[in-house]
Amino acid sequence: MAAIRIIPCLDVKDGKVVKGVHFENLREAGDPVEHASFYSRENADEIVFLDISATIEGRKTMVDVVKRVSEVVFIPMTVGGGIKSLQDIEDLLKSGADKISINTAAVRNPELIEEGAKKFGSQCIIVAIDAKRAGKNKWEVYIESGKTPTGFEAVEWAKKVQKLGAGEILLTSIDMDGTQKGYDIELTRSVSESVSIPVIASGGAGTLEHMADVIIKGKASAVLLASLLHFRKYTISQIKEFLKNKGIEVRL
Amino acid sequence: MVGIINYGAGNIRSVCSSIIACGKKVFLIEKGSDIKRADIIILPGVGAFGDGMKGLSSKGIIEPLMEETSNGKPCLGICLGLQMFFSYSDEGNCNGLGIIKGEVKKFKVKNKGLKVPHMGWSRVKISKPNDPLFFNIGDNKYFYFAHSYYVKPDDSSIVAGMTEYGIEFASFIKKDNIVGVQFHPEKSGELGIKFLKNFLEGIWLQ
Repeated sequence: MAAIRIIPCLDVKDGKVVKGVHFENLREAGDPVEHASFYSRENADEIVFLDISATIEGRKTMVDVVKRVSEVVFIPMTVGGGIKSLQDIEDLLKSGADKISINTAAVRNPELIEEGAKKFGSQCIIVAIDAKRAGKNKWEVYIESGKTPTGFEAVEWAKKVQKLGAGEILLTSIDMDGTQKGYDIELTRSVSESVSIPVIASGGAGTLEHMADVIIKGKASAVLLASLLHFRKYTISQIKEFLKNKGIEVRL
Repeated sequence: MVGIINYGAGNIRSVCSSIIACGKKVFLIEKGSDIKRADIIILPGVGAFGDGMKGLSSKGIIEPLMEETSNGKPCLGICLGLQMFFSYSDEGNCNGLGIIKGEVKKFKVKNKGLKVPHMGWSRVKISKPNDPLFFNIGDNKYFYFAHSYYVKPDDSSIVAGMTEYGIEFASFIKKDNIVGVQFHPEKSGELGIKFLKNFLEGIWLQ
């Protein structure tokens, strides 16, 4: 089988990490290369950069960031945020990204999933789904950083993106994100059981137990983590040791 | 110099960077006549089988690649690169290079809970404990995979390593001067770089 993946997520604005590791010994504050190298040494299984730049110029610097990171970090790298076209995807992949993650553009223009998968392979197209509970076993898909409701039901949308050629789903519970009260296990399990592509769980982790739950009960293939890692509440090794003791396969 | 075949696959830059990290000089093979200049050839790959073969063919790379590899030049195929060594792929019902006899098959999602693509880190169980390509790495270590298809060679004696994902499949192939890996050494961290170094040093050829 494959090991459960622990994936740090770094927010990047205009080429600088804005929500990053709270650590003194990073030489240059906010340098994406330093952050990625740090997590790679810590045995992260992949790394995700989320570009939150608001301007076109800011976004352009992301291509340069990806180039610099791929020269020294040899684990898979995903880039998300503001990707709208096949050209955007190609620019990032050619610069050294292994996968790209699309959210708003996937809803607005589902052909982008299909064409991206056809041109570059399913393995590099992640669809990010931000979902908010809308009733018993029902969740609504939101776009534009969780601000705009779409009317789409999350499980149905997940099935659709798989059909269009997505290779993976990055699933975030808007309700739980930032609460540290645990993942929306039902959401994760509902999506994971209705698709055959891997699901990365995100939003709500506060304890090691939460992570074990979303993997065992929620059937997630990976967990995406931000502040828990950046604030050093847990190290990746601690997380992996804990999961291993729960009988979960991890890469130590 | 290490020549990396550029037929339009997206991850060429990562492959170049990893070879440079091994202390070697690289150049991109853009057309058939470039292949002669390479001491070592790397055929990387992500994406669809048919597009990969088309890319090789449209750049006039197939014939010189066949010639150089049959003359004994070391060649490493990565992921789709490995798959294209084979005679035939189920992906798009397409013929491959035929350097290795056998087929490329799709993972069946029959097993409940098996996710396809196989995406992530899995163990490689090597056939020979002292395989020089796994020098300083060892048996049963994790490497990064991202694929929906796997190779099935006719001659099982060329299988140098296996990985379990729903089924056992050949993840590491060695036939004379030809080496192929289903995993991505350029994305497998420190152990991946060690594997590439072992390959580039060439001790395995003796």
